[in-house]
Amino acid sequence: MTPNRVGGVRPAGVTAQGWAWRHAGRPRPAVQGLDLDIRPGERVLLLGPSGAGKSTLLHALAGVLGDANDDDGEAGDSDESGSLLIDGQPPRAQRGRAGLMQQDPETQVILSRLGDDVAFGAENLAVPRAEIWARVHEALDDVGLGHLPLDHPTSALSGGQKQRLALAGILAMRPGIILLDEPTANLDPAGVLEVRDAVGRCLEKTGATLVVVEHRVAVWKDLVDRIVVLQPGASNDSAVLIDGSPDQVLEQAKEMLIRAGVWVPGHVPATRPRNSAAARAPGSAGPGQLLLAAEKLAVSRERPRRRGFKTLPPTPVQSGISAQVRAGEALTVTGPNGSGKSTFALTLAGLLKPVAGAVSATLELSAGAGIDPYAWKAEQLISRIGTVFQEPEHQFVTGRVLDELLFGPKHLGHGEERVDELLERLRLTSLVDANPYTLSGGEKRRLSVATVLAAHPQVLVLDEPTFGQDANTWAELASFLSELLDAGAAVVSVTHDREFSSVLGGTELALGTPEMAAS
Amino acid sequence: MRAALTLRGESLLSRANPLTKFVAVFLITLVLALSIDWVSATVALGFELLLFPLAGLTPLLLWQRGWPLILAAALGGWSTAILAPDTGTILLDVGIWSISSGSLELGLGFMLRGLAIALPAVLLMSCTDPTDLADALAQKAKLPHRFVLGTLAAMRLVGLMAEEWQTIGMARRARGVGSRGTPLQRIRATLGQSFGLLVQAIRRASRLAVTMEARGFGGAQRTWARESTYSPLDIWVLVGGTLIAAAAVAAAIGAGTWNLVWAATG
Repeated sequence: MTPNRVGGVRPAGVTAQGWAWRHAGRPRPAVQGLDLDIRPGERVLLLGPSGAGKSTLLHALAGVLGDANDDDGEAGDSDESGSLLIDGQPPRAQRGRAGLMQQDPETQVILSRLGDDVAFGAENLAVPRAEIWARVHEALDDVGLGHLPLDHPTSALSGGQKQRLALAGILAMRPGIILLDEPTANLDPAGVLEVRDAVGRCLEKTGATLVVVEHRVAVWKDLVDRIVVLQPGASNDSAVLIDGSPDQVLEQAKEMLIRAGVWVPGHVPATRPRNSAAARAPGSAGPGQLLLAAEKLAVSRERPRRRGFKTLPPTPVQSGISAQVRAGEALTVTGPNGSGKSTFALTLAGLLKPVAGAVSATLELSAGAGIDPYAWKAEQLISRIGTVFQEPEHQFVTGRVLDELLFGPKHLGHGEERVDELLERLRLTSLVDANPYTLSGGEKRRLSVATVLAAHPQVLVLDEPTFGQDANTWAELASFLSELLDAGAAVVSVTHDREFSSVLGGTELALGTPEMAAS
Repeated sequence: MRAALTLRGESLLSRANPLTKFVAVFLITLVLALSIDWVSATVALGFELLLFPLAGLTPLLLWQRGWPLILAAALGGWSTAILAPDTGTILLDVGIWSISSGSLELGLGFMLRGLAIALPAVLLMSCTDPTDLADALAQKAKLPHRFVLGTLAAMRLVGLMAEEWQTIGMARRARGVGSRGTPLQRIRATLGQSFGLLVQAIRRASRLAVTMEARGFGGAQRTWARESTYSPLDIWVLVGGTLIAAAAVAAAIGAGTWNLVWAATG
């Protein structure tokens, strides 16, 4: 169908000389003193602690940072100095020369039909209509979505498929350089490999240059031929800390990368082991005490729908789930995407109403609040079952870290003395006055765990707590939870992370392939 | 979830150009907005009901999609009948509520009008894909493509926001913010939840804007992968819309009920 399948792609080279960028309204530059040369066709993995300016660099290369208003020199504007060029030209002047994929799959989809979404970039570059469709078919084949009809709804795609769709949209522009900003951080293990392999195939075919930012080195190590480690902007130092072949960098800088929270292949961060003989906090339930039970549970996020005068019960995404939550024991919920893991956890946590079956709290947990957690008042719920959502921002209810932590205890009327300990324990003490929304990913995760624990629940439910986290946050979280378990709390976690669940121990509840929801 | 509201290209009207359908619906709506009388509304409504099968709608589907509008129209008519100044014979008098033949006529006119204006919108939305509508608005009506495509992309986020609203509600309950309780507590909880949604909406929107810009969006030159075209069917759609509008006016003038809004209130 397409005469020149590889046609049109000319790999792009990057040169940065003393490049610096300060975002509008920020006191310090995001990147400073960057000297970097990337040859056409090179594949680079960009590493570095959060705040090293990796995303800023990718955005600048994609030409989406906006104009730095050098002229009027107002403090509120962004600043740029030095030079950052693609093929000797500023990126902004070369629409479509670079293609960028970001982390959140939902915002990588633009239009509601598969084919239209892939065509979008090519349309913007004023590619003739006949060629657009040729490119769309080719790009969809290349990313392994060619079997789907062009009018397939993009909302029906999984996270991994959405990212591959984004890659197809990028490929249809025939960019010389592909920029991936943590493309797999929000995906399950199968999705990660799907996307990685699709990227590999496309690079093989087009020879385009690649710059990828990602914490998990093992995923990308064999695909890249160079690793560049950035460090946070310090005026005297170079922004590039280490630069070399993957093996060389991992060999030379292993310890440093581990300290910086990078997932170095073959290295599992050290965590606190479970201690079954640990002393228990006074007043908490004895070990193995049943706290919460799910019986033949059918779960769904949908509420009963009104169709005219009739009320239709929602179609369960999973049914017949039975599980028990016991003091001092971990329960790990696993299963493929769409198997209703999170929905089950939210139902167990008293946040969703069961479609069928029942969740029942024992007297040990309910302490007079009644048997059904869904019927509890919010204040009753948080001091019994705490839920940490996958996206920390969903749970922020104030504008200051300290207020976030005090929020639960204030509502309950007790427990404020526990806040200092949590701040200390989760390394948030220096951030008490910060706005929660401005924290880094790891800080947000630690804060969301701390806020839920401030209400002192006996059962803790966590939805994918390790998604997208660097190795340091991961190890801290796993150690902290193991400590809570030893102190008699029950921990229910929905996770794909085998290493994480093995630190916590306990039992696994594996949910099967989703029942097909006939809508 | 959204997709269930739109029928895919099987029905006759779904093959017409969205812009033509838009103009036809606009003509009917314009005429009905001019006069408050039951004859023009009834005629228009009668024709509209005849057209629904052409858009692939059955009475059941129509009720399922349009019941909030249908109920609203009925309520509007009922309250007009009760509250409008009484003229003619009094038919019902219960305390402060009274229905006279004059107010009943006005109320009936209101209800029929509400239905006759609302149903074409239901019809338009059920046989028109938003992407095709955007294509037609940009290519045929020559509206600025940045505006049209920006709106289209934002509309896709609206569906996501419905899910996000539910998630934020649960996430806040897990922080101890009750959405149950006294009306005041509920209002406060809803305000907080709205703020949370607003923050997420802005974040999502700015990330989506970056995605679009990174795909070259915003340049002066642009081609269209899907050509928005007119076909002979579009002539019939326009003729149909004009005929319904004209028939409604003619019937009302013939029956002597034609009653311009400003003349009635002024």
